[in-house]
Amino acid sequence: MTVEIAKSIAPEKPDSLWRAALHSRSFVIGASITAVFVLAALISFAWTPYNYAAQDIPNKLKGMSAAHWFGTDHFGRDVFSMIMVGARTSIAVALVAVGMGVVFGTPLGLAAAARRGTLLDEIIMRANDLVFAFPALLIAVLITAVFGPGAINAIIAIGIFNIPVFARLSRAAALSLWTRDFILAARVAGKGPVRISVEHILPNILNTLVVQVTIQFSLGILAEAALAYVGLGAQPPIPSWGKMLADAQTLISLAPHVAIIPGLAIVLTVLGLNLMGDGLRDIFDPRSRRSRQ
Amino acid sequence: MPAYLLGRLASLILSLIVASIVIFLVLEVVPGDPAQFMLGLNAQPDTLAALREQLGLDQPMLIRYVNWIVGMLHGDFGTSYTYRVPVSELINARLGVSVPLAIISLALTVIIAFPAGIIAAARRNSKTDVAVMGATQLGVAIPNFWFAMLLVLVFAVMLRWFSAGGFPGWNNPWLAVRALTLPAIALALPQASILARVMRSALLDTLSEDYIRSARAKGLTSRQTLWRHALRNALIPVLTIVGLQFSFLLAGAIIIENVFFLPGLGRLVFQGITQRDLIVVKSVVMLLVFAVILVNFVVDVSYAFVDPRLRRQR
Repeated sequence: MTVEIAKSIAPEKPDSLWRAALHSRSFVIGASITAVFVLAALISFAWTPYNYAAQDIPNKLKGMSAAHWFGTDHFGRDVFSMIMVGARTSIAVALVAVGMGVVFGTPLGLAAAARRGTLLDEIIMRANDLVFAFPALLIAVLITAVFGPGAINAIIAIGIFNIPVFARLSRAAALSLWTRDFILAARVAGKGPVRISVEHILPNILNTLVVQVTIQFSLGILAEAALAYVGLGAQPPIPSWGKMLADAQTLISLAPHVAIIPGLAIVLTVLGLNLMGDGLRDIFDPRSRRSRQ
Repeated sequence: MPAYLLGRLASLILSLIVASIVIFLVLEVVPGDPAQFMLGLNAQPDTLAALREQLGLDQPMLIRYVNWIVGMLHGDFGTSYTYRVPVSELINARLGVSVPLAIISLALTVIIAFPAGIIAAARRNSKTDVAVMGATQLGVAIPNFWFAMLLVLVFAVMLRWFSAGGFPGWNNPWLAVRALTLPAIALALPQASILARVMRSALLDTLSEDYIRSARAKGLTSRQTLWRHALRNALIPVLTIVGLQFSFLLAGAIIIENVFFLPGLGRLVFQGITQRDLIVVKSVVMLLVFAVILVNFVVDVSYAFVDPRLRRQR
C-alpha cells in the first residue's frame, strides 16, 4: 500500500514515460503512421520515383503496376511521386498553421490567466469567442479568395482559427495552476507574472499543449485538403492531395484509383495523428484513461 | 436570470457589430472595381462613374457601412452586381436548398450517433464499444468531400440509385429529397462520429454519479437506470453539441455543395467571390455569421435555463 502511494506521488521519470509510450497501442500505431508520411515528405526533397511534374500523356490513367506503384493521372504523372510531394505540402501548411496558433494563442492565454478577471482577460476571451463564432471554412474561403489562392494564404486562413483554440486551452490550464502553492512560493520569492508564466506555468502546461497540437495538426490537414480541393490552396504544379482529388473527380468512373489513393493518404495521416494524440493524452495523464474506461 | 440574459444579449449584439465590421473591411480591400467588372474593359469613363454613383460606390466608407447595415435591418440586402436582382431574392431561393440539407443531415447525424453512443457507453470496453469507437475514429478522419466522391462512385455511377449532382427544385419533393440524400450522408458522417463520442462520454460521466448508484441500490435494473436517469442527464451536453452542429451544417456545406453542384448558400458565396459580386458575398456571409451566432446564443441561454448552476457561475 505505502509502496503504491509512494509510486503514485513520485514524479514520472523520462524513461518511464518512454515505457508508457511503447505500451500505448494508440501511440505506437499513430506515431508509426505519422512517421511514414513525415519520412515520405522528407525523402521527396531528395528523391521521388519520377519527377512529380513530368507529363507522359501516352501513359495517362494507367492502373497500379511495377513501374507506377500507384498508377498515373490524367497527364500521365506518377501518382506515387505526387503523393510524396503532396505530403510535403499538407504537412508544411498544417504545421505552420498550428505553429501560428501556438505562437500567438499561448501567450494570449497565459496573459489572460495571469491577469484573470481584468479588462485584458475580458477582451482576449471575447475576441476568442468572436473568432469561434465565424464559420471557419467559409471565412477561410473568403480570405483565400480575397487575398488570392496559394499556400501562404491557406496557412493564414487555417492559422487564424487555431489562435483561439490555444488561447482558451492555455488560459484554462494556467488558471488551475495559479492557485497552486508552488506558484504562491514563486510570487513570495518576488517573481513577476511574466516570469512566473514563462518559468513555472508554461512548462507545466506543455503536455496539454502537445496533445492539442497533434489534434489541430490533423484538423489542419483536413482543412488544407478542403481548400486545395476548391482550388484555393497550393497552386499547380505543386501537388496537393486536395487538388489531386479535385482533378480526379470527373475521372472517377474511368480511373477510380486516381480518386481513391489521395483520399486514403489524407485519411491515414489524419487517423495517425489522432491516434497519436489519444495515445499522448493517456501517457501524460493516466488518470484520464482510467476515468474514460 | 434577467441579468444573465441581458449580459448574453449585450455580448450577442456586440459580436454582431464586430463581425459586420470585420466582414465589411475584409471586402473593402478586395482588388478590382465592381463597376468595371460589370461593364467590362471597354466601358466609357462617364458610364463607369454613373454606375458607381448608382451603386453608391462613390460615397465614403463609413456611409456605405451604415447604409449596408440599415438596409439589412430592413431586409434590403442590396442588388447583385452580376444577376441584377435583389440579393434577398437570391438568398430566398438558395435557402430552399441549404436549410433542408442542414436539417436532413442533422437528422441523420442524430439517428446514427444516439444509438451508437448509447450502445458504446452501456457496453463499455466490450467488442461493440471498441468497434463503435474505431468507426468514429475513421469517421472524423475522412474528408467529407472525398466521402462524397466515393458515394457518387458507388450509388450514382455504379448502382445508379441517385443522380451525381444538381438540384431539380421542390416541384417534385421526392426528387428533391433524393438529390439531397447523398450530400446529407456525406455531411452527416463526420458530425455523427463526433456526436457519438460526445454521447458516449457524457453517458459514462453520468453513469459514475452517486444518484445512479442510488437508483441501482433501490432495485432498478441497469437498463432502467440508463434510460430513466442517466440518459436524461447526459442529454444536456449532447444537445449543446447538436445545436452547434446545426449552425456548422448551415454554413459548412460550402464544399459539399460544390461537389454535388447544389445551388445552396455556400455555392452562392463561392460564385460571388469568383465573379467579384461583392455585395452578394458580404450579405450572405453576414447572414450565415448571424445564423451561427444566433444559434450559439440560443444554445447557451437554453443551457443556462436547464442547468441553474451555470447561471450563478457567470
